[in-house]
Amino acid sequence: MNTELFGIIASFVLMLVIGIPLGKYLAKMFAGEKVWTDFLKPLENGIYKLSGINPNEPMNWKQFLKAMMCINLLWLVYGFFVLMQQDKLPLNPDGNPGMTADLAFNTIISFVVNCNLQHYSGESGASYLIQHFIFMFLHFVSAATGIACAVGLFKAFRDKTTTDLGNFWAYFLRSITRLLLPLSIVVALILTFNGTPSSYAGKDQFISLQGDTVHVSRGPAAQMIAIKHLGTNGGGWFGANSAHPLENPNYLTNITEIVSQMIIPIAMVLCFGYFIRRKKLGWVIFGVMMIGALLLLIPSISSETGGNTAIAKMGIAQPTGAMEGKEVRFGPTATAYWSTFTTIVSTGSVNGMHDSTMPLTGLWQLLGMMINGFFGGCGVGVLNYFIYLIIAVFISGLMVGRTPEFLGHKVEAREVKIAALITLLSPFLIMAGTAIAAFVFTNHGNADWAVKPSAWLNNPSFHGFSEMLYEMTSSNANNGSGFEGLGDNNIFWNVSTGIVMILGRFLPIIGPVAVAGLLAQKKHIPESAGTLKTDTVTFGLMTFAVILVLNALSYFPALALGPIAEFFSMPK
Amino acid sequence: MKSNIIKSIRITLVLTVILCVIYPVAISLAGKLSKGRGDGETIVVNGKVVGYANIGQSFTQPKYFWGRPSAVAYNAAGSAGSNKGPSNPDYLKDVASRIDTLLKYHQYLKRSDIPAEMVTASGSGLDPDISPAAAQIQIKRIADNRGLTVAQVTDLVAKHTEAPLLGLLGPAKVNVLKLNVALDELKK
Repeated sequence: MNTELFGIIASFVLMLVIGIPLGKYLAKMFAGEKVWTDFLKPLENGIYKLSGINPNEPMNWKQFLKAMMCINLLWLVYGFFVLMQQDKLPLNPDGNPGMTADLAFNTIISFVVNCNLQHYSGESGASYLIQHFIFMFLHFVSAATGIACAVGLFKAFRDKTTTDLGNFWAYFLRSITRLLLPLSIVVALILTFNGTPSSYAGKDQFISLQGDTVHVSRGPAAQMIAIKHLGTNGGGWFGANSAHPLENPNYLTNITEIVSQMIIPIAMVLCFGYFIRRKKLGWVIFGVMMIGALLLLIPSISSETGGNTAIAKMGIAQPTGAMEGKEVRFGPTATAYWSTFTTIVSTGSVNGMHDSTMPLTGLWQLLGMMINGFFGGCGVGVLNYFIYLIIAVFISGLMVGRTPEFLGHKVEAREVKIAALITLLSPFLIMAGTAIAAFVFTNHGNADWAVKPSAWLNNPSFHGFSEMLYEMTSSNANNGSGFEGLGDNNIFWNVSTGIVMILGRFLPIIGPVAVAGLLAQKKHIPESAGTLKTDTVTFGLMTFAVILVLNALSYFPALALGPIAEFFSMPK
Repeated sequence: MKSNIIKSIRITLVLTVILCVIYPVAISLAGKLSKGRGDGETIVVNGKVVGYANIGQSFTQPKYFWGRPSAVAYNAAGSAGSNKGPSNPDYLKDVASRIDTLLKYHQYLKRSDIPAEMVTASGSGLDPDISPAAAQIQIKRIADNRGLTVAQVTDLVAKHTEAPLLGLLGPAKVNVLKLNVALDELKK
């Protein structure tokens, strides 16, 4: 056993040690039971008062979603204009220019939907004002939006029959005051005391040991990096994201960052079980997700630590694994570990460049984002998984010849239609998007855009195709990582991924919440011997099979053209 | 709808004050107590800042330990990896030429002595570290160049090798800038 392996085992254990109790806490807190953070109530009441919100007002699923959409639209409009005007606003010590309209369109959607695709580069593309007042602000509120919607869905199944999903504003605000903000303070302090800058000083300049003049970008980064992970956002301060030595200075910060992006997604799954008083359901879902995660994780680690066969052929030693795009202080094992979790939970931050990972690692990264339901982003992961659950209930119902039921509510045509449409949405957006991109690349290579389509790709052949497929997949999954070699700051990618991101965010939130709202209104059927039990291991395996079959059928052809073909083209 | 809009605007304003002013300023103030006062930790030689502890810099002269290849030439105003795919033929040519350069300056080396990180670009382009093995292969060159004994330089490398976290988590590493500063001081 080597120290790199111990490092990720420690990260894994720490993630469970924090994530599991956090799930219980969240269930109690959102249910309004007594918890130790109740001392924050006066603060929350003050905010409700200033905002004119009555946190006890019940909402049905339509009112709930309207409130959610309304505030998200406000952020989209307000952010779009601020991004374009950043050069005229204060707190811009490095004199960064305003964004073009298409870049601002892409960027604001990207941050509102918790994707953080980042077609700009942090050091030269965003002022401190933008980084804090737009990006960091949206890091908090987009995560809180996802969590609030998931809790609304939980509430639908807590009571036998109800139209009340609870109050969107109350869930939203408490996600921030009781969860995201306190944890961010802790993580930001750990980061800043380990060398991540947190002051408002601008770029620095010095003469290096060899006599070169060097500029160094800095700024209040620790504050943003904390919430970028806790909120599964992933949009970093610096261009190189968490591979940057100021954004992630040492192995301790690496553990802190990878653990902090996992704890809320894990907690939300268990929170579901505790909140609806069906602890076992939460644990079965947790089990399915964890098996899925490990099935992606283990081959990724083995493929990265195996090294690049083409470089091995040159006679070079790769004692720890493939090193292109990786940092020495983390090593290939921790980078492979990070790349799996960041793609399954939709964070999309990176501590090494995904574009340079081995073909099969790229395959697992893509698949993690395509499935997008193994833990998944803050709140939205559970919502995505809920759709898989409904499909699994429906198929199981067909197999045994009964009307399908979920937690005592009949699942009928309307709910199944919504679930099926949401399931089809991802393959449609990813495939259609990639197909159009590939078409433009081959047939309109000289289009007069900021980056000519013929110059989009940083790598030829199969890997080039993977770059386009990855970008669309990441946008749809609201992940935000990239095969960053892609020249994506031009009108085609800014507009196309903008549209994919916004559809890939809001429809998979609206769909599950609507299904939950519709189910909760129905008469509750008491459990009997003939009831399909959804909290058993058997049903867990059934759901897992549904997830595998749906995704394999949807994506295998595209994956075969990209990473799989590249794998077979490498020397053995 | 109208009431939703008004609530949205008001809560956005209130949260902006908390999340974008109070929270970051408080962290920034706490950061003043950290080693680099929240500005990033610098390394000072004779009263002059010669670099940032965590930011790698370009070393090309034979008298210094070299760091890793960088896609941004260690210009820390930005940051990026090469984003070259593992099967890219142009990229593999670059790697081959880096190997040749290394072998030219270290004629005592076999190919299998060269650790991968010395011929591959880092993720940030600013990687401050190399592995102990990568420092080891350069010792003889440095000693010859500076008129030091191999034992002296080996000692220095050992002193600057940072163990894994708590002795057992993550890789061991050597900070190239700190090692080179110590090397310059050794000469005096």
